[in-house]
Amino acid sequence: MIKLTVNGEVRSYDGDPEMPLLWYLRDELKLKGAKFGCGIAQCGACRVHVDGDAQPSCVLPMSATAGIKVTTIEGLSADGSHPVQRAWVEEDVAQCGYCQTGQIMTAVALLAQNPAPSDADIDQAMINICRCGTYVRIRRAIHRAAALMREGGK
Amino acid sequence: MNAIALTRRRALQISLTTAGGLLAGVPLPRAVAKAAGVQLGLYVRIEPDERVIIGAPSTEMGQGINTAMPMVIAEELDADWSKVSIEQLPLMIKRNPAGPGWVFTDFPAGAGGSGSMIDAWAFLRPAGAKLRQMLIAAAAQRWKVAASECTTEPGCVVHGATKRRLSYGALASDAAKQAEPDSKSVPLKARKDYRIVGRPQRNAQAQTIVRGTERFGIDVEMPGMLYATIARPPAFDAQIVSIDDKAARAVPGVRDVVRIDGPKPDEPLYILGSGVAVVATSYWAALKGRAALKIAWSASPWASESSETMATQMERLMRGRGHLVNDEGDFDGAIKKAARVIERVYSVPYIAHATMEPQTATAHVRADGCDIIASTQSPGLSSRYAAEITGLERDNIRVLPARLGGGFGRRLEADYVWEAVFISKAVNAPVKVVWTREDDLRHDYYRPAGRHHLVMGVDGAGKVIAYKHRLASTSKSYRRRGNDGSKPWEPDLYDNAFPSGFVPNFQREYFAVESGAPRRSWRAPGHTANAFAVQSFIDEAAHELKQDPLAFRLALLHDDTRKLNYGFDVPFVGARLAGVLRRAAKEAGWGSPLPKGRGRGIAAHFTFSSYCAEVVEVSVDANDKLTVDKVTCAIDCGLPINPLGVKAQCEGGICDALSTALHQQITVKDGAVVEGNFDTYRMMRMDESPRVIDVHIMENDYPPSGMGEPPVPPLAPALCNAIFAATGKRFRDLPIGAQLTKA
Ligand code: FES
Ligand code: FES
Repeated sequence: MIKLTVNGEVRSYDGDPEMPLLWYLRDELKLKGAKFGCGIAQCGACRVHVDGDAQPSCVLPMSATAGIKVTTIEGLSADGSHPVQRAWVEEDVAQCGYCQTGQIMTAVALLAQNPAPSDADIDQAMINICRCGTYVRIRRAIHRAAALMREGGK
Repeated sequence: MNAIALTRRRALQISLTTAGGLLAGVPLPRAVAKAAGVQLGLYVRIEPDERVIIGAPSTEMGQGINTAMPMVIAEELDADWSKVSIEQLPLMIKRNPAGPGWVFTDFPAGAGGSGSMIDAWAFLRPAGAKLRQMLIAAAAQRWKVAASECTTEPGCVVHGATKRRLSYGALASDAAKQAEPDSKSVPLKARKDYRIVGRPQRNAQAQTIVRGTERFGIDVEMPGMLYATIARPPAFDAQIVSIDDKAARAVPGVRDVVRIDGPKPDEPLYILGSGVAVVATSYWAALKGRAALKIAWSASPWASESSETMATQMERLMRGRGHLVNDEGDFDGAIKKAARVIERVYSVPYIAHATMEPQTATAHVRADGCDIIASTQSPGLSSRYAAEITGLERDNIRVLPARLGGGFGRRLEADYVWEAVFISKAVNAPVKVVWTREDDLRHDYYRPAGRHHLVMGVDGAGKVIAYKHRLASTSKSYRRRGNDGSKPWEPDLYDNAFPSGFVPNFQREYFAVESGAPRRSWRAPGHTANAFAVQSFIDEAAHELKQDPLAFRLALLHDDTRKLNYGFDVPFVGARLAGVLRRAAKEAGWGSPLPKGRGRGIAAHFTFSSYCAEVVEVSVDANDKLTVDKVTCAIDCGLPINPLGVKAQCEGGICDALSTALHQQITVKDGAVVEGNFDTYRMMRMDESPRVIDVHIMENDYPPSGMGEPPVPPLAPALCNAIFAATGKRFRDLPIGAQLTKA
């Protein structure tokens, strides 16, 4: 029996230990915000926070999740009020929207470590793929979120 | 099928919603309503709580239709924009009253090109205007004043003289009792009075997207649903010889293994090949089961095909004569008289769609009906496949398009829907099929690969007198149902595209290349390849003739106002293409000096009735590192319903095309695709994306035209033209990839 915390709730798991966290979140807990894009830690669509760090959940086997604290996009805020979510709406980032939950989780982790990232910092941290090509607006949204956070958004 | 004429004629059906609001829409024949499980074909609901909801069978895949449609109704209805939302309706079809088969009722669902907006534009505007009149009539009745004394403000009716106001929500139930006004007595707004259409509006689904609660096709759940994944052939058209599924069936959670015998090598493609489906209680168990399968496959009839053999085949074919698609004037005579002849060869590879959301569909086949929810641009084709597999009447098949995690033309094919229906029928349970990325990249309908040979003859005065475009490609009409493949050039080399009509002696010649790789439409189909070759070539010719690339292009177009049939609803006008070229050049500072190692390139293209020009500015440093400093884009798409959405499509199209030009290539080896995931099929990320994208929308009175595709074709040639300006290196084979450092 594996115990882990997901969005503040303690959960127990006793299924296949090889199953990646992504499928546990999506298919068992029905938290569909983390998306499947590649399954090999390349695209970032499945990123969630593992103990505060943005990580691809598609390659993290359940056997390695004992005791970890997972935050998914659904746990980021109850009402979309996190400054990064607000900035994403204000900059009208999303097109199809499929990659955006992963993008937001990466951006939140970046801003937690670096409250005023430069363009070069953003280039380095934002390794998620967006097939719709929303990169210009993602960059603007990160700068806006940084400003919102400085103003005391959170 | 003329959806517009149908709906214009039809009166609205008005009734009360369950909450006591107003419901108005296009009535459906009873059988259709039963099959789809809805009452109206397209509707507007005004609820007592002030919400205005549009029901529409549209398909949202990021192109912004679910924002644009509410904007149109809100405009004519004078609704409060923040209260308008959209509800997805299923496919609606009925038996063809005029003959065999089935037809769409009123609104063909699905998205490809810009058809959905054109239909919605025709219905939503008069419907909105009529409902506004009915709300005014209801208010006038309550206040006992003349309707002519009342007017509206967003979301409410006002009586100016007494300063009274009533909200739409409060009036909805009374409005539902008013007689529907006659279309002729309800004028539509003039463009100059628009307050929503033509103004930037944000994505209407932004909130649910950023919270992770927007539901895509891959998120669909049905009670008792099983998951399926399919083992696919190791090479094109390999067939199943034998299956050993003992180990697969032993995996906990695996429920069944289903053999799928796909099309034979000479049959049309409805799915991409044979396969063995593993069905399980979880997707993970299905994947494990698939890994445990032992399948013996027959040798592929294409086993000797590789990217190299294809290139050799193209070269060999082009040494001979092909099919003449255009032959205007006397090319052979003119080229002999030319003072100068310029010739170049360009090539483009196969590329994959790689929609961010892998292909997925969920189906439940029962004895008396079938439910399908899928990420599809083709609900109609999905329904047809389901009827063929199940033998059910099509009005017992319900297809609900889910939000798509990207389309790009991939989801005009319904092969994965076919799979979900077939497997559901076989195991007698609801089944969700989810492809892995490897499935998706190795089994796609690729954008055709091609080799382009261009020839230009110029007279002593520098005027273009002869022009020829020769193309060898793997046609997109390959094994397409209802197409015998006898005109393979049609979807690849258009007989009516720029510079047709601008050069007196003109030819296009086509060579059909054989390949086992399936291929179909990829965002802005043949245009991506053709614009790369044509717009690179024109640039090379300008440089060789020592002319400015912009001036050379403008001289070719010379503000021509003839209407040419270039194959779209709205005819091509050279002056509009010249217009976007000038605008993009002006905004980009074309001609102003740049430091060493920097350069600008320009290109323009017409497609889907829209015109787009782009100027790319690049830097190449001492280590051959390329940076795209800026892309300036001018787009003429008629009336831009949502300018913010048009800009998003331009930015996205530019990034998509840049990613493709830099990196993307599907390699064939031993009759199979090499690249399997994003580690080898490289996509552009943030670090390579343009530093600045500056989009300018042309103002004019033309009706709305396409905007999903038009920004894509000009980018690759403008990029290569810019790299040439910066470095003197010319790239004629895509992708650029590592060539920059090698050159
Ligand atoms: S699905 Fe995990 S990184 Fe792509
Ligand atoms: S918004 Fe579609 S993949 Fe990023």
